[in-house]
Formats: sequence, structure tokens, C-alpha cells
Amino acid sequence: MINDFHYLKPASLKEALAMYAQYDDCKVICGGQSLLIVMRQGMLAPEYLLDIKHVKELRYIKFDDKDGLRIGATTTHREIEKSAVIARKYPVLVAMEGKLASIQTRNWGTIGGNIAHADPAGDPGPVLIALKAEIKFGNADGEKTAPLDEFFVDYFETKMEHGDLVLEIHVPAPDAKFGCAYQKFNLLGSDMGIVAAAASVALNADGTCKEARIVLGNAGPTPLRVTKAEDLLKGKKLDDKLFAEAGQIASEESQPVADIHASEEHRRHVLGVLTKRMLKKAFEQAQKAA
Amino acid sequence: MEKQVLRLKVNGEEYEIFIHPKTLLVEAIRDHLGFTGTKRGCDTVSCGACTVNVNGMSVKSCSILAVQCEGMEVATVEGLEVNGKLSPMQRAFLDNGSYQCGFCTPGMLMSSTAFIDELGGKKPSEEEIRESIEGNICRCTGYNSIVRAIDAVAQGKYKEE
Repeated sequence: MINDFHYLKPASLKEALAMYAQYDDCKVICGGQSLLIVMRQGMLAPEYLLDIKHVKELRYIKFDDKDGLRIGATTTHREIEKSAVIARKYPVLVAMEGKLASIQTRNWGTIGGNIAHADPAGDPGPVLIALKAEIKFGNADGEKTAPLDEFFVDYFETKMEHGDLVLEIHVPAPDAKFGCAYQKFNLLGSDMGIVAAAASVALNADGTCKEARIVLGNAGPTPLRVTKAEDLLKGKKLDDKLFAEAGQIASEESQPVADIHASEEHRRHVLGVLTKRMLKKAFEQAQKAA
Repeated sequence: MEKQVLRLKVNGEEYEIFIHPKTLLVEAIRDHLGFTGTKRGCDTVSCGACTVNVNGMSVKSCSILAVQCEGMEVATVEGLEVNGKLSPMQRAFLDNGSYQCGFCTPGMLMSSTAFIDELGGKKPSEEEIRESIEGNICRCTGYNSIVRAIDAVAQGKYKEE
């Protein structure tokens, strides 16, 4: 049963920020695909609910060859999945969205809401961090920008403070020789990952690794970058042996907990395998690119 | 707390209802408007029995606040039949035996109808059809008969004369 609340429906972003600053016991709803579940469980019972679902200024997808991709916070998952420019420039995002929950959830749920909810098992977090995304958030007094990997603080906690709204996700234009891949391990295609791994690889002109990112999902309190495994690859000529070694390190660096779906040991094992496979896939894409 | 007026269109008819803002779309549809074809299943965005179409998009009405649908067009399973004639998808479900207990059927019909509309005449693969009902759980049929029905509609076998 959902507790009573006062419903606030701002007509613009400015009004939304002003309202949020004004009310202390206030939560923000956008698509509500995560929020309403926790409200029904009684885990959240705010006095005020601020609905930004229909704040139009935050609903956009923009791409520019130099600047990269900018997605407004209230853009739905389905709009990202169906975007022709994202399919062309960041196919990994379309593939990830295609496996995020169900069509019904993607039709109503938003990227900003997903990121603000900060569930470490969420799909967009690891992929966006592998793509080196930044996040813009702000309140009535101003805006801030942070690399997305520094934005997540703990389970369901972010750098945002009361009054802050997620405004925009910015994904930089990819390097010329760049690849990125993501896979989650689950029993039903539309479920959250029991564990997941995203990997990206950028290559130098001579074919050596310029930069690699490995980000694990549901393997700790936040989407988890495994930097020791990343460092192993930098500057090297990549091959299967290195991918396997990076997978081993990622498995050791991960911090999964056991639950009804899998033991810690099993999760570590699968994280290692997924890391190895996603690195290889990203590497092969980077080789083919440009 | 304060009740408020919500205006929305359901199956082509305009309605005004007086509701608490915490009212879910499925409660507005079933309890306030009496369209009980839409089912309440898991209540946690998992099973898809509550699927309705809002502005042509399939959504799970158990996890949407009704007030978020102000001014929108909602279609429920009751709206599929027009002038006493079942929709192509409904007829295909009948012909293919795509239901047993029937609890998932309203949601299945709404998901598959939105899927066919979005295709705009394009022929889907079997995998695409299966993905289109990924958000709807059926515990009776094993899905094959449902997939056959959707495929038949996609192939144009139920085109209106």
C-alpha cells in the first residue's frame, strides 16, 4: 500500500527545481518504474512527490561528431533503443536497452530515473561508464558535472543532495578505433543481471591498447570499475591470454555478495568469464572500426 | 491527501474522475471506471497482466500513477472490439487457442497489438515476436500458440475485409 503524499507537478524545469528546494520531505518521480515499487513496499513514504515525467526541456537526444551524445534525463529507455543515431554511433547502448526489463517498462521508464535510483544491478550504469560518460545534475542554485563512475557512492546512493535533479548524460565522441560490449548473466532475458560486465577498448594507430575500461554490474555497492584489470591492458598488444588474465583480476577485484540467485563464488567466476568475453568483443570491434 | 480531478480518454471516451494522486493507473481503470478486463497480477512490474496502451505504447498500469496520464489516450482490452467485431489479434488468439486460463490474455493482447501497430506493416522475425511479449508471463500455453497468433496477424491473415 502506497502512503499518502502531496503531488507536485511542475510545468518547467525551473519550477521543478524551485519546488524541490522548497519541500524537505520530497522525492522525485519520473517514470516511477523503480520508485513506485519501493514506495509500495513501504521503504519510502515521502510527504511530497515531485513529478518531472512531463518536463519537456529534459527530453532530448542530441548528437554531434565533436561533442558526442547528450541525452536529457526524462528521455525514455525506448527512445534511446529506437534512436537511429545512437544505433549508428553507440550500438552497445541500443543492445543494452533492448535487454533492459520489458518493452512496457522501457516505454515509461527514463534514463535519468534509472541513474538516479542507483541500483548497482542496473544496466545503463556499467555501459555508460565504459563509454566514459559524464553526468550533469543540479539544483536551483546551479549545475554540476561529474564523471559517471564518481557519481555513484553506495547502494542506491549518489553524489546528489536534496534539491538536485539529474539533468543530462553526456557520452563523449568515441576514439577512431574503439569498441564497447556489454553482457549480463541472468535466467530470464528481461531480468536484472545476476552479474554483468561492460568493457571498452580504444586502440592506438599501431594496434596497441590506448585505453581499456572494465565496469562490473551487480558486483559491489555501485557499478564497479576494476582498475587493476584495466591497467594490465594499457599499452599492450592485446590477445586472448591477456583477456583471460584481466578476467581473473576482475574476478578478484569484484565485491559481489551471495543471495538467493547465486553464491559469491559463482558470481566471481561468471564475472571473470564475462570480462574476458566482453574485452575480446570490444577489441574485435575496435580493430574493425575506421 | 487532497483528491484531484483527472481527465483522460479510455477506449475513445472522455472521462473525468476524482482520485487520490497515489491511485495507480490500474486502480483508476478497474475500480473507478469499471474496466475489469485489465488484470492485477504481480503488482511489481513483472508479469504484464496489467498491460494497457497509453498513447499507443504498451505500459504496465500497476506501476504508473494515474495522474501521470492526464490528457492521454488509454486503450484497454475492452477497446479492441469495435461495433461488435473482435480485433484481428483477438480473432487470431481464438483461432490459435492462444489462451487457457485467460488471466494473461488481456495483457498479451495489448502488448501484441502495440507491437503490430509499431511495425507499421513490416514483417517481424519469430525472435522479434517472442521479444515483443517478453514482459508478459503466461503459465499455461508455453507461448507457442500466442507466437503463432501474432505471426498470423503480422502476415496479414486477419486484414479487415
